[in-house]
Amino acid sequence: MDRLSGVGLPNQTDNIEGEIIAVLSARIPAGTEISPNAKIARDLGLDSVAIMDFVMDIEDHFDISLPLDRVAEVETVEDLSRAVEALLKDRG
Amino acid sequence: MSIFSKFDDIRSAFAALTNAGRNPFGIRFDKILSPTEAILDGRHILLFGTNNYLGLTFDPMAITASVEAIHEAGTGTTGSRIANGTYSGHASLEHQIAEFFGRRSAMVFTTGYQANLGLISTLAGRGDHLLIDADSHASIYDASKLSAAEIIRFRHNDPRDLERRLRRLEGQPGSRIIVTEGLFSMLGDTAPLREIAAVKREMGAYLIVDEAHSMGVMGKKGRGLAEAAGVEADVDFVVGTFSKSLGAIGGFAVSDLPDFDLLRVVCRPYMFTASLPPAIVASVTASLRRIATDNLLGARVQANSRRLHSGLAKAGFDIGAEANPIVAIRIANRGLAIRFWNALLDRGVYLNLALPPATPASLSLIRSSVSAAHTEAQIDRAVSIIADTGYELGVLGESSSRIAVPAAE
Repeated sequence: MDRLSGVGLPNQTDNIEGEIIAVLSARIPAGTEISPNAKIARDLGLDSVAIMDFVMDIEDHFDISLPLDRVAEVETVEDLSRAVEALLKDRG
Repeated sequence: MSIFSKFDDIRSAFAALTNAGRNPFGIRFDKILSPTEAILDGRHILLFGTNNYLGLTFDPMAITASVEAIHEAGTGTTGSRIANGTYSGHASLEHQIAEFFGRRSAMVFTTGYQANLGLISTLAGRGDHLLIDADSHASIYDASKLSAAEIIRFRHNDPRDLERRLRRLEGQPGSRIIVTEGLFSMLGDTAPLREIAAVKREMGAYLIVDEAHSMGVMGKKGRGLAEAAGVEADVDFVVGTFSKSLGAIGGFAVSDLPDFDLLRVVCRPYMFTASLPPAIVASVTASLRRIATDNLLGARVQANSRRLHSGLAKAGFDIGAEANPIVAIRIANRGLAIRFWNALLDRGVYLNLALPPATPASLSLIRSSVSAAHTEAQIDRAVSIIADTGYELGVLGESSSRIAVPAAE
């Protein structure tokens, strides 16, 4: 169902970050530069609903559950990458 | 650096909005004349954005009951049910609501917002999972924040997506609670409740349905979408409001689960707020009796919904497929939606302007709601004004089929 790339099981932060950026780029204007330190709300102009929609994309891409209370602690792409990595590890 | 600096972005968005015309969040009516008409800035306007689905706000029986209740029991209860006592009106209203929904128990809350806040945040505890439709009302989101449970959104009206998200939770302890709405307040679409109920049964979850906009409107007995879809047995909790079809204020939850009444001593938004005043309890009681016995009201709001929907569809507006009392016109961009809304008010029709992030999928909407109290002539007049204004502002393009007045057959 993913139109961006196949579901991978990356074990390196760089890969996860790269995949997150690929998923994110579908939700922001084409050509917008996304760095790992980019603040998802402030720098990329996503409103609260758009961020939650993006989180659903991330859940589907990595086949994980990313509850909204954990998303509340996420500010940057890097934070999100760490959260995803932890969830992938939990899953084993 | 002010305490309000965190709202700088909101401040500039709000300034842009109000510079373009009126403040849509601060509309002040000089006088409400009836469920369908008001005076605004000295001018007569048609009300098409009230959620007054059954037009009962001026119902003579409800008004008489309200006035009598004030004389008998006073203007307010001055406290909460648990600390300051239950009035007989609260108890009989709860009994009546349970009966209306054919349920074992009912609990009354002071607002519909608090009903969702209280029920959902209390039921979903630590270790549980709450699965909410992505287009849920703010009260459901706020309930989720207040709850200690983990919150997962599922894609709007997508039972397969819900199932996929439930499967991801397999093996984790705790209860799963699904929350959806009968009729969604922004786009006016209904939930695929039969399919959601099937997922609920298969996955062993609880199901809460918010019938705030569908009570009195859908189902033979007016119980909402669950009744219309024939899945009431699968719905563990129905939440609703007295502020729409019942024309007052307040909220409720009903259930058949035996321990439901425990909520009265654990649900903080129920416990720590003043209870509904006697006048409100009395008018709600009267209006509930009316909708339980008068099938014509529901039939009339449905006929009016079809008339408004078909009129706007024929004019060529981008609206949803379902003819429900909420019809949302999708507008290409925010600026155009703001201009359109202002122009409609200038021409005497009041609708609701809905902008992101209060709307799904970043949509800008002009939202209308129709009432059983609207006459066919009022609906046709509103459709004609909305269509004419739509052409003038370019909301409707050349390709749209121009309609003649009256709009509907």
